[in-house]
Amino acid sequence: MDNAIEVVGLTKYYGSFLAVDNVSFEVKKGEIFGFLGPNGAGKTTTVRTITGVLRPNSGEIRVLGYDMLDEREKIKARERTGIVPEMANPYVDLTAMQNLRLMGELYGMGRREIERRSVELLKLFDLYEKRNVKVKAFSKGMKQRLILAMAMISDPELLILDEPTSGLDVLSARLIKDVIREEKRKGKTIFMTTHNMVDANELCERIGIIRRGKLIAIDTPEKLKQLVKGSVSVEVSFEPMKLDPSEIASATRVELMGDKARVFTNDPDATVKELVHYAERNNLRIVSLRTLSPSLEDVFIKLVGEGND
Amino acid sequence: MIETLKRSFAIAKKDMRIFYLKGPVVIMGLLFPFFLFLAFMIGRNLSGGHLLVGLTAMTAFFTSTAVGPTIIPWECRGRTFERLITAPVSLTTVLLGDFQASLYFGLAITFAIAVPAMLYLSVRPAIWLFVLSTLLAVGCFSAMTVLMSSYPPTDVPADVMMLSSLVKFSLLFISGIFVPIENLPAYGRWISLVSPLTYYVDALRHSLGKGYLPVWLDLLMLALFGFAFFFTGTAIHRKVLERRFT
Ligand SMILES: Nc1ncnc2c1ncn2[C@@H]1O[C@H](COP(=O)(O)OP(=O)(O)OP(=O)(O)O)[C@@H](O)[C@H]1O
Ligand SMILES: [Mg+2]
Repeated sequence: MDNAIEVVGLTKYYGSFLAVDNVSFEVKKGEIFGFLGPNGAGKTTTVRTITGVLRPNSGEIRVLGYDMLDEREKIKARERTGIVPEMANPYVDLTAMQNLRLMGELYGMGRREIERRSVELLKLFDLYEKRNVKVKAFSKGMKQRLILAMAMISDPELLILDEPTSGLDVLSARLIKDVIREEKRKGKTIFMTTHNMVDANELCERIGIIRRGKLIAIDTPEKLKQLVKGSVSVEVSFEPMKLDPSEIASATRVELMGDKARVFTNDPDATVKELVHYAERNNLRIVSLRTLSPSLEDVFIKLVGEGND
Repeated sequence: MIETLKRSFAIAKKDMRIFYLKGPVVIMGLLFPFFLFLAFMIGRNLSGGHLLVGLTAMTAFFTSTAVGPTIIPWECRGRTFERLITAPVSLTTVLLGDFQASLYFGLAITFAIAVPAMLYLSVRPAIWLFVLSTLLAVGCFSAMTVLMSSYPPTDVPADVMMLSSLVKFSLLFISGIFVPIENLPAYGRWISLVSPLTYYVDALRHSLGKGYLPVWLDLLMLALFGFAFFFTGTAIHRKVLERRFT
């Protein structure tokens, strides 16, 4: 069994509102899988059915081989999973240490093991100094780090994270991303939702994009980017700056911007060669030349923006 | 099984740490019954035994129902509930933890008040019956809070607090604390039988030598009410769980 999560034909209604529509995908063991979508697309609903908080109207969900629709198996799956729900909080009237201890006890860990692991996590998340301070006094970033630490108390093999970095400053977000990457290196599986394309691009090996309850794409970030070939461009700067668009045959469109030009193309290889020849012919010095691949954001806007209401 | 108990105890510990120091708990659970007791009992020239029964019954009833109803609304409000129920515990284990929190709090305060009161009033009840009925009663009232917290599935603690207070006061006045049930008109006696508190008051009076209903019935009814409260409460919680995530 190489799949950590298997979702087949997942459908979830709220009353008569169809929030998740026949979604199927799997998350392979050891990968970081990103779940992307605009607000209200159905990410959290999907996560909650995977964690067993909500019951789907139809479909099958297996986590680590356990059937999440079965009460007993659900708990077995959770024993080996760390979960960060959307906008979850630690207990603000408890200290960081007490929060971690509670989680450890809920995971059935021994007292000593809990102490050891808590200290390790507090240090990892840069919270050790504040371990005996009530969480009330924590900043948002500190709370979010603690929430992730709580999810990791039992060193679970699967992490399910609903927007783990939303609303955090660059440093907290980076710390969390580093931890996620480190967990992956140790062979753990991570399933996460996010709005942040840059994070998804840096972190995820595969990405699913959901829009209005439907899964509309699922692939590696690089392959997804090929869906928007037209937006590959070459940025060039000459000295002196001059460029006659008609001399670059492979260009689909040229934008002159200040001291540089952006040449859109379907064949970056040909375009680069043409630009170099152009510079030679016209005695221009090349100050810079680089190809800009489409960002995940381009993909997202193309896929999600089309016919969005 | 042992594992379930251990994990539910972890939840109870958390509840006790968090909720017992909240203002409404102290007021509704401690100060309020105390003043109510003063208002109704003092100056009526009641016997020591009558005072002890009234004080103990009211303390047990109010302390064990002080926190329970609002725990889950507080968890929803604080956004800690989803975290809790996605831990490897069942909803029943979570509720068992909340139940225990009320139980320990209720028992601790009830005995802390009843024992000095016994000494002060020089009343000597049959200890085994006093203790057994108090255990059952506090368990029963704690289970009642599981039911009280189940509906409506709100994240506004004040809503639940209001509803549960309404129920609590209704029960208080039909339970033979202020007027012994044998002195009630027939219809009043019938009504009083729907309140679990009635059986506790009666059992306490038995421990002092004079009850109205058979003592085995008192104990049995407390146990039955307790189980019924817990199981219907759990069932309703399970049913409305999804509605808490809206
Ligand atoms: N309890 C509910 N009752 C009714 N509709 C709901 C409920 N929860 C969510 N919805 C609707 O279902 C859709 C999907 O919501 P969901 O929270 O899964 O989106 P999301 O992708 O997580 O969005 P976000 O990025 O804002 O977190 C939304 O249109 C939302 O309005
Ligand atoms: Mg969401």
